[in-house]
Amino acid sequence: MKCAEFLQELTNYLDGVLDDKTKVELENHLSWCHNCYVVCDTTKKTIEIYRDSQLYELPDDLRSRLRSAIMTKCQQHKKRGPQSV
Amino acid sequence: MSEELTLVQAAKRGDDSAFEELVRRYDRNVFRIAQHITQNREDAEDVVQEAFLKAYGNLAQFQEQSKFYTWLVRIAVNEALMKLRRRKPERTVSLDEDIQTEDDSLPREIADWSPNPEQQYTQAELREILSKTIQGLPPGFRTVFVLRDVEGLSTEETAAALELSVPAVKSRLLRARLQLRDRLGKYFQKGTSGNGKNRDATSGDGNQ
Repeated sequence: MKCAEFLQELTNYLDGVLDDKTKVELENHLSWCHNCYVVCDTTKKTIEIYRDSQLYELPDDLRSRLRSAIMTKCQQHKKRGPQSV
Repeated sequence: MSEELTLVQAAKRGDDSAFEELVRRYDRNVFRIAQHITQNREDAEDVVQEAFLKAYGNLAQFQEQSKFYTWLVRIAVNEALMKLRRRKPERTVSLDEDIQTEDDSLPREIADWSPNPEQQYTQAELREILSKTIQGLPPGFRTVFVLRDVEGLSTEETAAALELSVPAVKSRLLRARLQLRDRLGKYFQKGTSGNGKNRDATSGDGNQ
């Protein structure tokens, strides 16, 4: 496997959906190609950092305020009939 | 029958407490997606309200073969993109735009990262870095990344929610991941230390 082929398969590899044969070829490539190993490892970390970041959590007070506003508008919509959204 | 579908059917029959339960179940996700796309807190709040209201008003049209959440995400993404268009009318904002990027060659700079790079920064600094870094991606890339990698939708669900093909989702996901990795490198690579607040996380990220 060449570096460009590794890159083509990277997303499938990280998502765990590579077939066995390609996975072995890719891991073999990673065992000797340091650059691709670093790209693979740091891309994986990028995903994990974003996944664990709790970026843009909805605070409880805002959450209740939004939910109450949504339900009030839904009630108004129901009273006015289906043409109002 | 799934619990979600039971709630949806009750809501369709006019049971508002069932609809409220659906709001409770997905409001955090919709807010996160909306803020990732709009990069604006007030817009994200509006998107949450408008998306749920639209879902409520169009519940009768919801086809029960697909998941309610995927349908809701599609509505929310469209509302969020509309907000972006209003905010940046000089630019076309669409998931279908032909996103110009470098070809699929290996990233130019390949420096290894510290073992636990996120620990070099305080929580607040890290959030700022991550927020500014993802903001630098084109909306079409960051939307795919958020749905797949942050919200955990499958490739097929992401494709359905964004009305894109599976290969288009995969291609955008790869590029989004590589661009984020590349941009985070300057904060996380070996030899860097904390103090993210004094850094300009958007320098060089002129891809918006």
